[in-house]
Amino acid sequence: MAEHPTPTPEDLRSRTRTLLEEPRPTPLDFLRARFDAGLAWVHFPEGLGGLGAPRALQAVVDAELAAAGAPDNDPRRIGIGLGMAAPTILRYGTAEQKERFLRPLWTGEEVWCQLFSEPGAGSDLAGLRTRAVRDGDDWVVDGQKVWTSSAHNARWAILIARTDPDVPKHQGITYFVCDMTDPGVEVRPLRQITGEAEFNEVFLTGVRIPDAHRLGAVGDGWRVAQATLMNERVAIGGLALPREGGMIAPVAKTWRERPELRTAELHDRLLGLWVEAEVTRLGAERVRQQMAAGAPGPEGSGLKLAFARLNQRVSGFEVELLGEDGLRYGDWTMVRPEKVDFYGRDAGYRYLRAKGNSIEGGTSEILRNIIAERVLGLPSEPRTDKDVAWKDLPR
Amino acid sequence: MNLLYSEVEDDLRAAVRDVLADHCPPGAVPARVEGGEPYDRGLWRVLAADLGVAGLLVPEKLGGQGATAREVAVVMEELGGAVAPVPFLGSAVLATTALLGCATGEPAVADLLGRLAAGTETAALAVSLASAPGAPFPAAVRADADGRLTGVVTAVADAAAAGVLVVPATGPHGSGLYAVAAADAAVEPFVSLDLTRPLSDVRLAAAPARLLPAGDAAAALDAALLTGAGLLASEQLGVAQWCLDETVRYLGQRHQFGRVVGGFQSLKHRLADLWLEVVSARAAARAAADALAGDGRDAGVEVRVAQAYVSGVAVHAAEEGVQLHGGIGMTWEHPLHLYLKRAKADEIALGTPGRHRAALGALVGLPAVG
Ligand SMILES: Cc1cc2nc3c(=O)[nH]c(=O)nc-3n(C[C@H](O)[C@H](O)[C@H](O)COP(=O)(O)OP(=O)(O)OC[C@H]3O[C@@H](n4cnc5c(N)ncnc54)[C@H](O)[C@@H]3O)c2cc1C
Repeated sequence: MAEHPTPTPEDLRSRTRTLLEEPRPTPLDFLRARFDAGLAWVHFPEGLGGLGAPRALQAVVDAELAAAGAPDNDPRRIGIGLGMAAPTILRYGTAEQKERFLRPLWTGEEVWCQLFSEPGAGSDLAGLRTRAVRDGDDWVVDGQKVWTSSAHNARWAILIARTDPDVPKHQGITYFVCDMTDPGVEVRPLRQITGEAEFNEVFLTGVRIPDAHRLGAVGDGWRVAQATLMNERVAIGGLALPREGGMIAPVAKTWRERPELRTAELHDRLLGLWVEAEVTRLGAERVRQQMAAGAPGPEGSGLKLAFARLNQRVSGFEVELLGEDGLRYGDWTMVRPEKVDFYGRDAGYRYLRAKGNSIEGGTSEILRNIIAERVLGLPSEPRTDKDVAWKDLPR
Repeated sequence: MNLLYSEVEDDLRAAVRDVLADHCPPGAVPARVEGGEPYDRGLWRVLAADLGVAGLLVPEKLGGQGATAREVAVVMEELGGAVAPVPFLGSAVLATTALLGCATGEPAVADLLGRLAAGTETAALAVSLASAPGAPFPAAVRADADGRLTGVVTAVADAAAAGVLVVPATGPHGSGLYAVAAADAAVEPFVSLDLTRPLSDVRLAAAPARLLPAGDAAAALDAALLTGAGLLASEQLGVAQWCLDETVRYLGQRHQFGRVVGGFQSLKHRLADLWLEVVSARAAARAAADALAGDGRDAGVEVRVAQAYVSGVAVHAAEEGVQLHGGIGMTWEHPLHLYLKRAKADEIALGTPGRHRAALGALVGLPAVG
């Protein structure tokens, strides 16, 4: 294959302009053309929406497209696909899988969800009991998943299931792509603290998955899942924000527009939170610079922890600042939203939704364990389940 | 904005670290600060003259290294990590930046900067260490018609190590910065909370002084305080990182209840949280240094953010260090107390976190009540 030189920012700018020149009848046509031009995620390989360019150069393309007012793929609708499924498929998928899944994933034609957590396996995800049994060229899956965000919109799921109960729990897991339209998949809404049902419980009964939809080797699913979880934490915590962006933005706006709410004590706390927001933003920016320079450090492990803490503190402050208006709530109606939105709606919603930030994608307690053990080198938690076959674990 | 360390900065860090390891292992500092000589003059000579760190900010044509606040920040991190008793902040940062804000083409200024850069002279900026950027020009010292200075400046950092004092004073020609030979002033060290950065009161009684030509002396002084505050965040980062590393190391080998104490989850979680604070502090300190090194447009905000945040991290790291060391953390013999004292003094130095937050409110359009 011909060696292509790494594109320069100027190359990317001119490619983007070329893309923009041609008129496209619909936003979807444009997104497909953008994918095919390698401008979807420039760090992906050629032919899969990228150009094999440094990840940092995506900003050049995005700036150019934003300036032109080009339609985007609405990342909040397809966050699990973009942030978790795609990097895992890229790393562990076959050529056919990459070819089949990545383009509609990126354009938003196909929404993805994540069938990992179970009623009995949350933090201890490796203890999961959903079974996948081989049957000819297929696997047959039975079990129950829970807290599945966006399952009600999803065409595909990344799924981990137990394929060998006779070995210790981390060894007997396999990773699949599950078709959410299979008749054995039943999705029931789970109403959450905000009133809406962003997540679901998912019952899997005799679901057939072709072996061609397995990601990675049989029994290697835990390792593949690690790639997903790592990307999930970076995707949640590593969002690029402008200064005073994210959760602090509506608070600052309220402060400026409503002088009658101001007190000296709130002022000092507001600025303390503004500082924390800026420092958290800088921390995420520093991690992005490290990755762009090809020198990722352990700092990435802290992103989600910092993000959760900040969002919870800022949104709690916002409700308090609003005083009487903080006593109102927009709407408790049970809806099944199209998007996962941390910032949308009103202050009460933000406050309640932020509670999930320290639970989803690994709780803050688990993240602290990980930092203490993997970054600081402190001893791991005492365990009784490591060398025991999964089927013999105490329940 | 570049929040990483360049190769040049990494090399500088390694060089400073080598010198500190040779001259100033933390375990040796407690004994020194009890002697009559709080400063380590030998170490300062090697750093300032041989390694050239005193002249980092001074342009090459004036005999310095022509580096930026980014490199100085790396030196501050290392000196903080060693609580090194050297007058780097007072001389190479505060006094030097004040002089750089004067008319550097004038021989009086250029000559002094040249000697500071060469490490043959040490200076101090005669302001209280508790001064914050943005404060009014100090009124403590008056200049009379023939340029003699009279007044008292309290809590001056590194004056006891200085040969020259750069003194803000107000006289018939308005606000000015004056050079006074330390020998012509009464420099009276007092017992300081921070054992490794001794403070002095400076008394001037018609002291002979030389006016340092400056377009805007008040702006020069304020820029020095802003630069000092921004770079102090890197020192605080160095203090915090040392306390974290040392505490993790200690708890990784201390046994109680038949287990390594660092394996107890409550402590692991505290240390993970502290680690995250230090990681965030590094991003904030780098942002401040980078903003000061650039065109300075954003420096006001980033310096305040860094000071408001990193001050507390250094104090927290030192306090956690003391608590998690148990009894040994309470001793004079263990160096931790030097870090706690430095961290606590640094919280006040060049503006408290609350003052920086208040200043930030004005800068980013989040006004106070009324
Ligand atoms: C909004 C939201 C969206 C979600 N979306 C998805 C999704 O799309 N797909 C999916 O698969 N999952 C999803 N989850 C599930 C999420 O990953 C789990 O809830 C999470 O991993 C915790 O598991 P658990 O709920 O079983 O809590 P448990 O693991 O039972 O934890 C209970 C408490 O114990 C603590 N704890 C557990 N073990 C330890 C330990 N070793 N040390 C210290 N403390 C410990 C936890 O931190 C927690 O506070 C979502 C969750 C939320 C809140």
